[in-house]
Amino acid sequence: MSRAEGHASLPMHNATIKSLATGLAARQYSSVELTRHFINRINGLNKKLNCFISPPDEKSLKQAAAADAMRSAGKAQPLTGIPIAQKDIFCAKGWLTTCGSRMLSNFTSPYDAHVVERLNAAGAVILGKTNMDEFAMGSSNETSWYGPVRNPWDVDKVPGGSSGGSAAAVAARLAPGAIGTDTGGSIRQPAALTGICGLKPTYGVVSRYGMIAFASSLDQGGPLARSAEDLALLLNAMAGFDPRDSTSLDRKPEDYAREIGKPVKGLKIGLPEEFFAKGAAPDVVKAVEAAVAEFRKLGCETVEVSLPNMKLSVPVYYVLAPAEASSNLARYDGVRYGYRAPEYADLLDLYKKTRAQGFGPEVKRRILIGTYVLSHGYYDAYYIQAQRVRRLIARDFAEVFKHCDVIMGPTSPSTAFRVGEKMGDPVQMYLNDIYTIPANLAGLPGLSIPCGFDGKGLPVGLQIVGNYFAEARMLGIAHQYQQATDWHMRAPKGID
Amino acid sequence: MALTLEDVKRVAHLARLAIDDAEARAVLSQLNDVFELVAQMQAVDTRGVEPMSHALDLVQRLREDKVTESDQHAEFQKVAPQVEVGLYLVPKVIE
Repeated sequence: MSRAEGHASLPMHNATIKSLATGLAARQYSSVELTRHFINRINGLNKKLNCFISPPDEKSLKQAAAADAMRSAGKAQPLTGIPIAQKDIFCAKGWLTTCGSRMLSNFTSPYDAHVVERLNAAGAVILGKTNMDEFAMGSSNETSWYGPVRNPWDVDKVPGGSSGGSAAAVAARLAPGAIGTDTGGSIRQPAALTGICGLKPTYGVVSRYGMIAFASSLDQGGPLARSAEDLALLLNAMAGFDPRDSTSLDRKPEDYAREIGKPVKGLKIGLPEEFFAKGAAPDVVKAVEAAVAEFRKLGCETVEVSLPNMKLSVPVYYVLAPAEASSNLARYDGVRYGYRAPEYADLLDLYKKTRAQGFGPEVKRRILIGTYVLSHGYYDAYYIQAQRVRRLIARDFAEVFKHCDVIMGPTSPSTAFRVGEKMGDPVQMYLNDIYTIPANLAGLPGLSIPCGFDGKGLPVGLQIVGNYFAEARMLGIAHQYQQATDWHMRAPKGID
Repeated sequence: MALTLEDVKRVAHLARLAIDDAEARAVLSQLNDVFELVAQMQAVDTRGVEPMSHALDLVQRLREDKVTESDQHAEFQKVAPQVEVGLYLVPKVIE
């Protein structure tokens, strides 16, 4: 195992972003050295885990050298020189950007997403593009055209999805942090299944410009890292108003780390009975209840609350998300960019064959569902009805937040499941997101942090859902828990 | 209400997805499973509830009507399957 030249107390890959930033600032190592260290680890482990579609390369090292120059010029920011892996859903100029799909398997992006622009401007290094479920449609990373990602805690298990490559890379210490997207749980669920932290911000906090669209009223970018404090550092760089995204919020910039270190005494935690009802695995409930007990020890109060319409979240989501996806994915026609079928008779045939060959089975299924629910005669019964129930779900949260500051419960009903286990049964796969989808429907921020293990040694995630724009508070709360416990510092066997 | 094989083929055509009989049959049962799940939501009484089309009640921003984009067509057409003199090529549509 290689150690940072200099005086770092931990090997570089086990250090948090915060301490790597300190190491860089103290010139214990350069960004080029740090980036090279992670590249070496990725070269060693990616074959086994398949976290990266495009591993980092000389482009990354060039950015690292520029970051070192930025520091020498006295212009360093908190993330300057820190290598960050990016989910392959973010367009990055000059990088292959596939969204996990054959449809974009030849697409080198001619432009940067807003988030990528911001990270680049902060001097962060693009540590490659991570594997993901195709067009972010999946909860196991098995729908990727590039093959499944393996969970570093047990390679026979899935890492969750759709940001499975980003989550597994952070868990396996192949990256100190990563960025992902969350439409129905795609940051939080893989974070839970791989024992790391992941945050889906309030809808509109992070620009969707250049983030390949799945379901536009639900998609939100966010960070994955090993500590709540690191999430705050990443979100500080990612968030910000962008006029190119019509739903980007024009708000005063805030410091998401401002509540780090604040005591949680007197905080009111809502425990929705629906999160603890039958459906969640006993080991998961046990770990989450132990975490809640820890918060009580820290001086928090708990209160029983109810989200009576939560059970309708999955049915609502599987109308709205496919409907929006079928519209968004209509752009892939084999004409302007991306895959084109090699043989076709006429224009209609070109469209149909290109799309039949370019999309995988799960994406096609969702396009069919979406097209159906939006088609003549069904629109009111499905799409409008789903939007009405969506409002009922959002109202439940508004009611609950009158009685508590945050909600806690499991992130996912189970720990990581076997590769292949749920691929034959889409509905079983969809039910993985029962606890995460409600926050997307309401547009609320949701956070997952590690809170223990099941009997097989697989990580369990605690979900914290806050009111709109409560990110800083939620990260402060998570930080206090991480000061009192060390679940977030545990590494998979053989990974240290 | 269950979908039929004909529904699947009609929707696949609307979505511009080539689909053969075997594929349509396989997907039919999966779609019906999903719609069985969706039926739970359809049973809810939502009279008087305003549809929620977005997470936040946003007002569409307006901007000045002026050119803000630069011409990058050469850059963008580099990733196109088939281009000639700045135009995207497709099979002939008008005889």
